[in-house]
Amino acid sequence: MIELVVHAAVLVGLICAALLVIHFRDLLSAAIAFGIFSFLLSLEFYILQAPDVAIAEAGIGAGLTTAIFIVAIRGTRRMEEVKE
Amino acid sequence: MNMSKIVRSAANLLFPFILVFGFYIVLHGHLTPGGGFQGGAVIATGFVLMFVAYSYDFITGRIGAESLHTTETIGLVLFIVTALVAIVFGVTFFTNWMLDVGPVLNNPVAFGPNPGDLNTAGFIPVMNLAVGIEVLGALSVIVLYMLSGTKEEI
Repeated sequence: MIELVVHAAVLVGLICAALLVIHFRDLLSAAIAFGIFSFLLSLEFYILQAPDVAIAEAGIGAGLTTAIFIVAIRGTRRMEEVKE
Repeated sequence: MNMSKIVRSAANLLFPFILVFGFYIVLHGHLTPGGGFQGGAVIATGFVLMFVAYSYDFITGRIGAESLHTTETIGLVLFIVTALVAIVFGVTFFTNWMLDVGPVLNNPVAFGPNPGDLNTAGFIPVMNLAVGIEVLGALSVIVLYMLSGTKEEI
């Protein structure tokens, strides 16, 4: 029962984080939300009994990809342009 | 451009723990989930955390792209040389030759559930270490070249 509750909470958190990535106009906030998405995805892999993939996802997805996005935002502009 | 003092302090505090956890994953690659690639990715995450927290000039004053290239090359050479040594012993390429030579990494594996013994599995831990330092150098140098393109006056 407790596994089911945790699993459902992780899935709901995944959807919320993915919606936040689209919603934010501040690209740094969107990058952090994407990091949270990757972290929850690695938790989901661990719940589905793939700890090997979970470690790779936590390292590459939550760590390196977020860092690359932050470096790219540092090199360009932080706010997304709104088209009329 | 350095990031704020909070980010730099957190990066300084987390950096040694990330390194220890990454090398734990690499060295226990033949016993627990994870291995060379996953551990190397975790170690590279620690280096990338420092790259993001500090400015490009500060980073390149301490660790250059050349040393990261050298790290990557050392990992690849260690991997292929360990595989090639098997030919010296008269067996085929990539044969686990350390199982027949000396007491190092050569304990028999216990049957059934057991806490695990690091001193087993022949040359597989050596291969894991080679892949680990190769992935560390490769992923770090990617982000370092990405960081070199940013404008410093922002």
